[in-house]
Amino acid sequence: MVWVAFALMTGAAVLAVLWPLGRARGAGGRAPEVAFYESQVEDIDRDAALGLLTPADAAAAKAEAGRRLLHVASGASATGRSLFATRVAALVALVAIPAIALGVYARIGNPDTPDQPLQARLAARPQEAGVQSAINKIEQHLAANPDDGRGWEVLAPVYMRLGKYPEAARAFGETARLLGPSPERLGAQGQALVYASGDSVTPEAKAVFERVLQISAADPTARYFLALGREQAGDKQGALQGYVELSAETPADAPWQEEVRARIVALGGTPPETRPPERDAAAAIRDMPQNEQQAAIRGMVDGLAARLQQDGRDVEGWLRLTRAYAVLRERESALAALGNARKALAGDQAALGRIDELAKELGLEG
Amino acid sequence: MIVEIGHYALVLALALAIVQGVLPLVGALRHDGPLMAMARPAAVLQFLLIGLSFAALTYAYVVSDFSLVNVFENSHSAKPMIYKISGVWGNHEGSMLLWVLILALFGAMVAIFARSMPEDLRALVLAVQSWIAAAFLLFVLFTSNPFARIAVPPLEGRDLNPLLQDPGLAIHPPLLYVGYVGFSITFSFAAAALISGRIDSAWARYVRPWTLIAWIFLTLGIAMGSYWAYYTLGWGGFWFWDPVENASLMPWLAGTALLHSAAVMEKRDALKIWTIFLAILAFSLSLLGTFLVRSGVLTSVHAFATDPQRGVFILIILIAFIGGSLALFALRASALKPGGIFAPVSREGALVLNNLLLTTSCATVFVGTLYPLALEAVTGEKISVGAPFFNLTFGPLFIPIVLAMPIGQMLAWKRGDLLGAAQRLTLAAAIGGVGALALYAMRGGSVVAPLLCGLALYCIVGAFVEVASRIAGRGVPASVMFARARGLPRSSWGTAFAHAGVGLTLFGLAATQWGVERIVTAKVGEPIEVGPYQVVIRSIEPRTGSNYREWVAHSSVLSGGREVAQINPSRRNFAARQTMRTEAGIVTLGLGQIYMNMADQHDGGAVDVRLYWKPYVALIWIGGLVMSLGGLLSLADRRLRIGIAKRAKVRTPVRASPQPAE
Repeated sequence: MVWVAFALMTGAAVLAVLWPLGRARGAGGRAPEVAFYESQVEDIDRDAALGLLTPADAAAAKAEAGRRLLHVASGASATGRSLFATRVAALVALVAIPAIALGVYARIGNPDTPDQPLQARLAARPQEAGVQSAINKIEQHLAANPDDGRGWEVLAPVYMRLGKYPEAARAFGETARLLGPSPERLGAQGQALVYASGDSVTPEAKAVFERVLQISAADPTARYFLALGREQAGDKQGALQGYVELSAETPADAPWQEEVRARIVALGGTPPETRPPERDAAAAIRDMPQNEQQAAIRGMVDGLAARLQQDGRDVEGWLRLTRAYAVLRERESALAALGNARKALAGDQAALGRIDELAKELGLEG
Repeated sequence: MIVEIGHYALVLALALAIVQGVLPLVGALRHDGPLMAMARPAAVLQFLLIGLSFAALTYAYVVSDFSLVNVFENSHSAKPMIYKISGVWGNHEGSMLLWVLILALFGAMVAIFARSMPEDLRALVLAVQSWIAAAFLLFVLFTSNPFARIAVPPLEGRDLNPLLQDPGLAIHPPLLYVGYVGFSITFSFAAAALISGRIDSAWARYVRPWTLIAWIFLTLGIAMGSYWAYYTLGWGGFWFWDPVENASLMPWLAGTALLHSAAVMEKRDALKIWTIFLAILAFSLSLLGTFLVRSGVLTSVHAFATDPQRGVFILIILIAFIGGSLALFALRASALKPGGIFAPVSREGALVLNNLLLTTSCATVFVGTLYPLALEAVTGEKISVGAPFFNLTFGPLFIPIVLAMPIGQMLAWKRGDLLGAAQRLTLAAAIGGVGALALYAMRGGSVVAPLLCGLALYCIVGAFVEVASRIAGRGVPASVMFARARGLPRSSWGTAFAHAGVGLTLFGLAATQWGVERIVTAKVGEPIEVGPYQVVIRSIEPRTGSNYREWVAHSSVLSGGREVAQINPSRRNFAARQTMRTEAGIVTLGLGQIYMNMADQHDGGAVDVRLYWKPYVALIWIGGLVMSLGGLLSLADRRLRIGIAKRAKVRTPVRASPQPAE
């Protein structure tokens, strides 16, 4: 469809050039200038008739106009047409216009990108429309009650996700003011300020991060951005020191490590040895002595069973519990779990199907 | 799809512009009719295509299509509709699109309206205009494409700078651009004249309406821009000798000179080389202005997001066009046949004087603007060339211009009578003198302001003396005088009004000396004296606007204890961008204005306010409007009409008294 429109437009452009080329034209074309000097002579005559010019002046003026006309006419040469030139021109128009237009457009155009008017996008994706209308509601509420810290707290991360950094910075700032400063709130405010000013750590953002460190001296976010600020201000040594300390004092698998180490390398430093990673629950259990390990697993299984007793609508939970009993070789408990699951999930055919499948897999029935 | 059609239309316009820049040129050089003939439809279609492109971008703004980088960066779905539309040209990319649109508009207008021109001249004009268009289309498409897309569009845009969310933005740039770009067509005429060798009085006649159009819009654009600065920037100034303002003043001065020298060329077939040179100069200065604003050489309120690549591109355009045209000029200038010779005391002599003074003042502004930039580039030293420099250099140059203006109007072509002219101006000089004395007696203070006001009065009255002498006479009945007034060439009226406009502006500028400035900490209910008035703040209240909150100082202006006006300055806080903006309160009383600006609030209801009483200040802009009116009247003159004027009934005007003036 869009290509049809392009083709029509290109056709119109080519025609605009070809059309005059195809029309026969007579020679000549001096008339406009002759007319100009004629009207000048008329003006002189009229002025003379009205007594604005003396006859002598009028005669002199007319003579001058006449001279100029002759001068123009002497320099004239007839306008003609050459079939060869017309053909070359037609060829140029036919080839050059589409070639230039399509060539350039192919480089910079996005023919497949449709229009995306906001209304249509919101209508097509109601959940986004929902977010937008919720934002509008909260904004209206906050306009009337600007001291509602809870409202700001809800709004701030949403702004952040939508990329509205100045708004996010303000919302986090208001949250911190109304609900009390915390490293998370102030840190988020600082980050929003940094993003809002095109990733530069402004004095305002710096002050916010310094407040974070007053509350929580080890806060990694604040330390990272303060080091970045020093780097941007040209204090490479200070920045490097900040990065190295941050990298050394935080776990090796922390999400910021990669970036921090990259900064250190970029500044010509060597990334320090890091603390061993903090281990997750499964790894922790694996390292325990045998009896403790059993007890830990037991505790987790019992906890899951207790939770499913309370709320049995969790099919994943039942599947995990049954499998756990099977692994622990407690066939009775496994069968009991299957029974309870079927009771709790009665009416949910899909869930029951999965339970049956597991039972078959574990060989608990038949 | 609409957006991409607009994008393709722009690319297609480029292709067409390139072809239109070549074929008619070849046609004109070979005297080939069909090749020349293609220029007209191509120029019209080029305009339609760029218009389509502009419409598509406007559509994207109206429906908040954030898949365009340009819309995302400069719009917001909640912005009022008028600012969505004016936001199209409130940014670098969009304003460049407007720029090429106006370029193409002038090309199309020449193609449609200039019927009485020789075909080869028109073909050359359109070809040169097309080169300019092609250069700027390349610039737009490759360095500042407003149709760049975002793969995953965000849900909301970044909004327009609050300072630009103002009706002034809807009007000021388009007016100024029509002015700036209008000089492109006079440039094209000059280049066409140089290529074809048709440098004669007929050429001057063809080019004059276009110069007038550009000049009218530039005048309006400058006046409008200065008023906008006056009421939004908040410190009561209207002209700061900011380099960007100077960049608009320079083409205006060159354009004014061009307007006058073209009159000489048309009437007397003289000053040809000079006129062509001025046509090139006016557009070169327009380009220079564009370069200064867009390249990042300057940082000012006007500077758009800057990018060195763009600066280099514009510099190349600048050098190519100015260098090319000057080279052509050098080739042709020696071959020009000299025109008529003339006496120093004559209309044309006066116009030469005008030209000398205008170009000298233009050079002054040029030096004052570029010298600090050059110095900083070379030595790194920052100097500020501000109002004192310009007042000392530009001022003394402009006073003789104003003095000579009415005299020039009185002189006849070829042989003027200086004594006679002076005698007929006795009345104007007397009014000026008496006015100056009266103002000095009334206001006292420095003699400069009354003298300049007297000069302005002389200029205003003198502007009409010549017209009046052709209308009025002893014992002539009023009906005859009215008929004579109607019968006068409109260009005579145009001259009178345009010159009077200069006088009005000068009066307004001179009167700023009598202004009163008060910076006080005021309490609610406490009257503040400012000039002949008192201002009382009645209350200070908060108010919530669509995207800001503000404190408004509701105040009354009193004269002799009686309220004559209300004034409501405010301080707005735009939460989204965390910016404050003061909104000045302005009331016009007579021709003067009270300008009130609110600053910090103190505890206990006191507030810092800045108050100005500016007598006659409105005359500055009224003068600009009157100048434009003069230009419009000149444009409407029958003898200057562009070739469409085939009326069914043409009445020969009844002309009464002396000399066919222009």
